[in-house]
Amino acid sequence: MRNREIVPFLFIMLITALCAWIAFAPDNTWLGRDVSVRLGLDLQGGTQVLMKADGVVDKDIMATAATVIERRVNGLGVSEAIVQLSGKDRIIVELPGVRDPEQAIETLRGTGRLEFIDTKGKFLNEGTIVRTSGNPEPKVPAPDPKKPADPANPKPTVSPEVYQSITDGRDLDTRQVSLRVTNDKISAKPAVSFAFTGQSASDLATFTAANIQKPMCIVLDNVVVSCPVVQSALIGGSGEITTNARADAEKILNQLKYGSLPITLSIESSRTVSATLGANSVQASIIAGMVGLIIVALFMIIYYRLPGLLATVALIIYTIIIYAVHKLIPITLTLSGIAGFILSIGLAVDANVLIFARLKEELRNKRSLLRAVDAGFDEAWPAIRDSSASTLITSAILFVFGNSFGVSLIKGFALTLALGILLSLFTAVVVTRTFLRLIVRNGALQSLWLYEISNDPDLQEQSAV
Amino acid sequence: MKNIVNLRYIWFLISLLVIVPGAIFFALFGLRTGIDFAGGALWDLHFTTKQTSELNTEKIRSIFAENGFEGAQVQVSAVKVNGKEIASAVVRTKELSATAPEKQQRTILAALTKVYGEVQRESLQSVGPTVSAEATRSAAIAVLGACVAILIYLTVAFRKAPNPFRYGVCAIIAMLHDVLVVLGMAAILGHYIGLEVDAYFLTALLTIISFSVHDTIVVFDRIRENLIHRRSGEIFDDIVNHSIVQTLPRSINTQLTSVFTLTALVLFGGGTIRNLVLVLLIGLISGTYSSIFNASQLLVVWEHHEWRNWFRRDSSAEA
Repeated sequence: MRNREIVPFLFIMLITALCAWIAFAPDNTWLGRDVSVRLGLDLQGGTQVLMKADGVVDKDIMATAATVIERRVNGLGVSEAIVQLSGKDRIIVELPGVRDPEQAIETLRGTGRLEFIDTKGKFLNEGTIVRTSGNPEPKVPAPDPKKPADPANPKPTVSPEVYQSITDGRDLDTRQVSLRVTNDKISAKPAVSFAFTGQSASDLATFTAANIQKPMCIVLDNVVVSCPVVQSALIGGSGEITTNARADAEKILNQLKYGSLPITLSIESSRTVSATLGANSVQASIIAGMVGLIIVALFMIIYYRLPGLLATVALIIYTIIIYAVHKLIPITLTLSGIAGFILSIGLAVDANVLIFARLKEELRNKRSLLRAVDAGFDEAWPAIRDSSASTLITSAILFVFGNSFGVSLIKGFALTLALGILLSLFTAVVVTRTFLRLIVRNGALQSLWLYEISNDPDLQEQSAV
Repeated sequence: MKNIVNLRYIWFLISLLVIVPGAIFFALFGLRTGIDFAGGALWDLHFTTKQTSELNTEKIRSIFAENGFEGAQVQVSAVKVNGKEIASAVVRTKELSATAPEKQQRTILAALTKVYGEVQRESLQSVGPTVSAEATRSAAIAVLGACVAILIYLTVAFRKAPNPFRYGVCAIIAMLHDVLVVLGMAAILGHYIGLEVDAYFLTALLTIISFSVHDTIVVFDRIRENLIHRRSGEIFDDIVNHSIVQTLPRSINTQLTSVFTLTALVLFGGGTIRNLVLVLLIGLISGTYSSIFNASQLLVVWEHHEWRNWFRRDSSAEA
């Protein structure tokens, strides 16, 4: 006979246990999956920029630019960074937890400068960082904290002298950068061909004509790529970088083609939050959430007695599930998302309040406890359904329009709110109902006092105005 | 308890008493728009070794002006960091340069450090003119879109009740009431305590919209149900009044739980979302009021086509 409650009850217990397992997973790993809470920029600090390409651009160029930036982001060693195309000509970059946001953004926006420098006949080792007249203050990449220091390669130092740049990287024609592998017996070595235009082209021609059989160093973003010996004058600004292996050629090709940004990016909007501000917000929100939950629980128990207690249990289950869902998907937790969650506590309670109000009415009308429980749920359902639907509609609209950058923080709020509504439907309608039926059926706890009804028939007048 | 419907014009008057002053402020001073919608930059700076009394608003303004940010608005306040009270300044300027924002930040911070010692940038947001224009447009579309979607949903959901379209319209009017109350209060608070209309405000407003409709639907649902079980001789006014009374405990209890959680957020939550919560509180109270005292009464007004009498006799109540 009791199967109708036992099955849903076991189902609820199973879900709750599963979610609790995820929520309190040791080391934040669950079945080999990383389930640590992902904090938004406003909670862990970091920076977010919206960059716009100058001039007219097409989709391919933007995609290339995003790839370049993504490579550079990876080079910065920021975890959970996001590089995202937005609209026709924008790129959104999010760098959570980045230490020096200005420098990071500067690195990302840098065009990726290819230079040929005059070393006055000197050979420079590959990888040497040099000062050039084009960029006399090169940035030394910060050592990756995750990797132990490599004794063979100590921290790179910058050459003291400033070398004269022959070319300007902006004059590099990226479309003409290509890999050339020939089967020709004489020049069997793979090479990368390139071409400069404008002033750089003529300067390069003049320089190479005067320096045949001398080394000339190729520098990408102030790092020496190679120092080939000039074989002949590079007329017209085009030439080749000859390498010993195909892999080397491909590396240089990548650096020239993807290492340089095909566009210049200007910053339309930016948001930077310090890590301390974020940490304070997390703490404040946790306290606020706990206090809110406790007050609501007390209110429910004092006012609705036994059903209130069951609703509180349902509310705790609700909190565990929503937390687990955030960790599992994962949904990035933001400040407005937390506000959405705390509001959704109110919603979760509201469905229960509606049901209990009906339950009480049914009890006043002298229904049996079990029938009153069922009737209470059935009659409260249309109101719960319609009100949840209207809130779902608004959160959907919030989500869609909250996508525009200026109001992007709304997205988290909308998502949490929508999730909260759906889950609160489950906890209020399934969880509380199953608990109530189980208790009522068991024959225990039948005293109407527990259901906030005194046996005084006068109370009926209130509902029969 | 029949008065909830009978005294409807008193309730409408009370609503007007709240809305009209807000509307006047709105017309006179407008809203104080934050950088999300107006563009510009907002700097939140901590002076780790200084007290508020040691900061000079004028000096900070001139430091910003010397470095390319004329007309900066500076607000100095005290904050507690790790139990120690230090000075903080919130500075609103025009947006950062699109080409060299990094350099601008460094120069400003260096100039401030020279005068005031260590300066920490707690947060810095900069919104360019195109983005703020887009945000404003998105906000308007979002509010309008929400209205239309809810109207359609309610008309469908109440199709079994007589005149389903009325329920949607009355719920929307009650909702617009709350929007007006919130906008008016925002204008007043903007004028007196500098409340800014930013993306958080928009979030709050849209939440209020959905909660207001949520509350109204619960009452309307009761009316729908009671109309189906209508006894002969029962007049519409009584059914509506009865429905409101039946849902009153729920309306108040739900309101209370929301007020509890929001108050907890105001008291313990971070400063960043305090404005959001304040606006939410105002809106939720207004939403509860409009769903109890306005929405269903509007159905009654419509049922009797009472507007025909509004301008005919002076003896009728408020129009």
